[in-house]
Amino acid sequence: MDQWDRFIETFFNSTVLSKYAPSILEGVWVTIELSLLIVIVGVVLGTFLALLRAYENHFLSFLIVVFADIFRAVPPLVLILIVFFGLPNAGIFLSSFLVLFLVLMLILAAFSEEIIWAGITSVDRGQWEAARSTGLGFTQALVWVALPQATRMAIPPLTNRAIAITKMTALGTVIGVPDILNQATTAQSFSGNASPLMLAAIAYVLLFLPLVVMSRWLEHRFAWRKA
Amino acid sequence: MATWRMGTSRPADDTTSRSNPELSHRVRSLVFLPAVSAVTRPAVSANGLVPSLEICGLHKSFGPLEVLKGVDLKVAHSELVFVLGPSGSGKSTMLRCCNRLEEPDFGEIFIEGDLITGRGVNLNAIRQRIGMVFQAFNLYPHLSARKNVTLALRKVRGMRWDESNAHAMEALDQVGLADKAESYPSELSGGQQQRVAIARALALEPQVMLFDEPTSALDPELVGDVLEVMRNMKAAGMTMLVVSHEMNFAREAADRVIFMDQGQIVEQGLPAEVFGFPRHERTRAFLSRVKGM
Repeated sequence: MDQWDRFIETFFNSTVLSKYAPSILEGVWVTIELSLLIVIVGVVLGTFLALLRAYENHFLSFLIVVFADIFRAVPPLVLILIVFFGLPNAGIFLSSFLVLFLVLMLILAAFSEEIIWAGITSVDRGQWEAARSTGLGFTQALVWVALPQATRMAIPPLTNRAIAITKMTALGTVIGVPDILNQATTAQSFSGNASPLMLAAIAYVLLFLPLVVMSRWLEHRFAWRKA
Repeated sequence: MATWRMGTSRPADDTTSRSNPELSHRVRSLVFLPAVSAVTRPAVSANGLVPSLEICGLHKSFGPLEVLKGVDLKVAHSELVFVLGPSGSGKSTMLRCCNRLEEPDFGEIFIEGDLITGRGVNLNAIRQRIGMVFQAFNLYPHLSARKNVTLALRKVRGMRWDESNAHAMEALDQVGLADKAESYPSELSGGQQQRVAIARALALEPQVMLFDEPTSALDPELVGDVLEVMRNMKAAGMTMLVVSHEMNFAREAADRVIFMDQGQIVEQGLPAEVFGFPRHERTRAFLSRVKGM
């Protein structure tokens, strides 16, 4: 058996692949489900927090900044472990799926809050003045004039961040979420072969490449020439 | 309104044409410059004629810098008042106080006799009665020309979609841009953008229109269209307060020219008077500098 055969045998073993492909496919669904939930809830929560911050209530803004800074500063894995292994001691039992969702969702919310807030602050003062001068209230100007412009500016960094964080669903492996990577490592230890990991990598590429391409399309779609 | 314009060389004071006990005081206050005025009376005059816009003793400071040092001004119905002055003279600030984009420190402002300064005034309601046009147009870049106009109609006036659209198309037609209704601001020239901005303000059917250097950001060849729209508005009887440097337009369209310097109204009169025979040294200095450009 030469080098090449050994390489194929290790990473693309057809017997192992066909045997474990169904379980990895199950993992794919778990990952998709988690990713969608994280992105939708995280971005909505982040947008809501950014809007809240626009009212410039010192106390609320302070809380939001503390939240955003902590969740952006602590490594996700640390948060996942603290919540998963810590909360049961406090009498709160959450499933590993829920813990992974909550932690990553909150991290994405923290990042999107910052990104959208940056977008809101970069909206030209004249836009606010024009809106207010036609009788729109603060909230109306915020929602109908500032937010749409902030969102457009936020889309490139936001899609990048959303992709980065949904990839972190792989961290669920350490607390037993049956996602792609978990299914693959289980299969790898049963079969003693690295092929399931390769399959996992391929699954990730198939899953996230369209997202990366879509983010590029979104950037293009939502870019407009400065007036 | 026509009476004072023809009957007196001081159209600034709409009380001059009537026998009014305050007459002598008002005329004197014009002659001696209303530096710090104590005029705070309500705008309703004896015969029921109410100025569209009345500013009484307006003061405004930004930190230690006193930008407005007691400004008094009345703008009659359908009058076009043109405000001149060097940069930093407070003319834009005065304009912005009129719809409270800037909050006055002291003084009162009335729109059609209604006090709009002070607490308890519904700002969003009052702002619909005062249209404002900005130097930088400030069109919403994410909305088409039509939607720029309909936004306030729908959100503030509570108009339904079709009603607001009809209204917007009418306003865009008035500024000659009905065919550009679906264009986005980035697809329009500066002059067209400013005309959409005027339509956005006009659609709310304001009682007073404020223009803050509406043509200063435009290429010279685009200025004419905007001025044409303003001329039409004037002809249609709109009350207008215009801060601008378009002297020729002032000469031809303004009912009255006001010269401001250092936070005060220094001089006012018919365009021919102010441009032809400026009474004050500061006015003369400013005009000669501007003509020298």
